[in-house]
Amino acid sequence: MKLRLLIVFCFLFGKAIAQDMLIARNAQVSFFSETPLENISGLNKNVTAILNTKSNDIAVKMQVAQFEFPNKLMQEHFNENYLESDKYPVASFTGKIQEKVDFGKEGTQTITAKGMLNMHGVAKERTLTGKLTITKTGATLACDFTVPLTDHKIEIPKLVFEKIAEVITVKANYSFVHFESKK
Amino acid sequence: MKKLAIFLFLLSGLQVVSAQDDLLKMLDNESTGPLYATATFKSTRVINGQSVETIAKKHLDFRISHRFGALNSGFSNLWGLDESRIRIGLEYGLTDRLMIGAGRSSYQKTYDYFAKYKLLRQSNRWFEPVSIAVFAGAYTNTMPTSPDMKFYNNLERQMYVGQVLIARKFNDRVSLQLSPTFLHRNKTESQIDENDVFGTGIGGRFKLSKRTSFNAEYFYTVKKIGTAYVRDPQYKDCLSLGFDIETGGHVFQLHLSNSRGMIENQFIGATTGSWGKGDIFYGFNISRVFSFDKNAKKTHK
Repeated sequence: MKLRLLIVFCFLFGKAIAQDMLIARNAQVSFFSETPLENISGLNKNVTAILNTKSNDIAVKMQVAQFEFPNKLMQEHFNENYLESDKYPVASFTGKIQEKVDFGKEGTQTITAKGMLNMHGVAKERTLTGKLTITKTGATLACDFTVPLTDHKIEIPKLVFEKIAEVITVKANYSFVHFESKK
Repeated sequence: MKKLAIFLFLLSGLQVVSAQDDLLKMLDNESTGPLYATATFKSTRVINGQSVETIAKKHLDFRISHRFGALNSGFSNLWGLDESRIRIGLEYGLTDRLMIGAGRSSYQKTYDYFAKYKLLRQSNRWFEPVSIAVFAGAYTNTMPTSPDMKFYNNLERQMYVGQVLIARKFNDRVSLQLSPTFLHRNKTESQIDENDVFGTGIGGRFKLSKRTSFNAEYFYTVKKIGTAYVRDPQYKDCLSLGFDIETGGHVFQLHLSNSRGMIENQFIGATTGSWGKGDIFYGFNISRVFSFDKNAKKTHK
C-alpha cells in the first residue's frame, strides 16, 4: 500500500500534468536577413510550443523544411545548402523561464528564458527575451532574437553569388491555449 | 523496500531533470502538416531528359545548352571542341505545379515547345511515396528539305513526345527517376524506323557535396515488338553521365553523352553515337532562374 502511494507520488511529482500545460499550435516563426543585394526572409506557420506553468519549462519545435520563402530558389538553397533540412529536420528550443509568472493573473511582463537552442544539429546555450501576455484563454508570447550562423556551424561558402548576412534576425509569435490531450 | 523507495525517488528526480525534454516529446505528438521533399533534382533536367522538377510560379528559367563535337573526331577538330550545337530555351512557371517552355536547337534547326505538370509531390505521408509529373512536348524540324530528308508538307516536320516522370528522393543524397516515354514522328529519317517509339528512361543523382552531384541517365527504347523490328539498328540507346554544380543563382550541368541532340525526339529517337566507338559528346547546360514574382521582393519582416 505504501509502495503504491509512493509510486503515484513519484509520477505525479516527476511527470508534468496536462492541466498545468499551455500549448501553442500553428505558432509563427519568421527570420530576416538583410544583404546588400537582396533581403532574405522565411516564415514557418506550423511551429508548436508547450509551456509548463508549474515548472516554467518551455519547449518549442519546428520542422525546418516548413519555412516558406517568397523566392523559391532561396527556399531550396535554405533547405539544401544552409540548414540541410534532410539531415537536421527539426529546430528546437528547450528552456526555463527565469522570472516568476502568475499564470492566473492577466497582464503583460517581460520574461527571459534560459536554455538550449538547437538547429542544424548544433545546440547552443542561449538566454532569450520575450514579452508574455497572460489572457483569459491562455497566453501569448512574442520573442525577438538574433542567430549568428557560426554558432550553429552554418557555412557560407565562398563560391556563391548571393551574399548572406552572418547574423539573422528571428521573430516568433506564439498564442498558447490550455493543453488538452487528443486522446 | 527502502532501496526501492530510494530508487523510485531518484527516478522521479531524473524525470524532473529531463522535464524539458519531456515537453519536447509531447510536441512530437502534435501534427505539423506534411513535409514535402525539396529538390529531388537540382534542375528541371536530369541530364538530357526532363526531371520531375518544375519551375516555381512566376519564375523564369533561362537555359543555354552546348554539345561539342565527338571526342573521337581527332586532333584537327580538337577532339570536338572546334564545333558545338546549342539550344537556347526559356521556361516559365505558370503555377507551382505547371510550367511551360520553348527552345530552339541548332542541331537540325528544331524548335521545341512543352508543358510539364506536377501531379503528385513526395511527402512524409504514406500515400505520397513518390513525385509524379507528366510531360508533353512537340518539335518542329525546320531544316531545308533535302534528298536525305524530304519533307512534302509542314506536318511531316512535326514530332510529339509524352512522358510520365516518377521520382523518389530516397535521402538527401540519392534520388532516382523512371520516365516511361512515348515518341511519335510524323516522318522518320530512316525508312525502316517506325514512326512510334516506346521506351523508358532511368536516371538518378548522387550528391557528392551540398552543391555538386553526380548524375546518370539511360534511355532504353523498344527495338522489337513481337517478331517485328521497329527500330533502325543504327539507332542506339542514349547514355549520359555528368555533374551538376550549383552556385547560388546558376546550375551548371557538365556531362558526356552519346547523343548530340538535347531534346527528346533527338536523344531518345535518333541517337547514333556509340560509347564503345568513342562517339561521345562533351556538353554543358547552364540554367539561370529569375524570379518575376513581385511578392518575392516583399519579406516577412
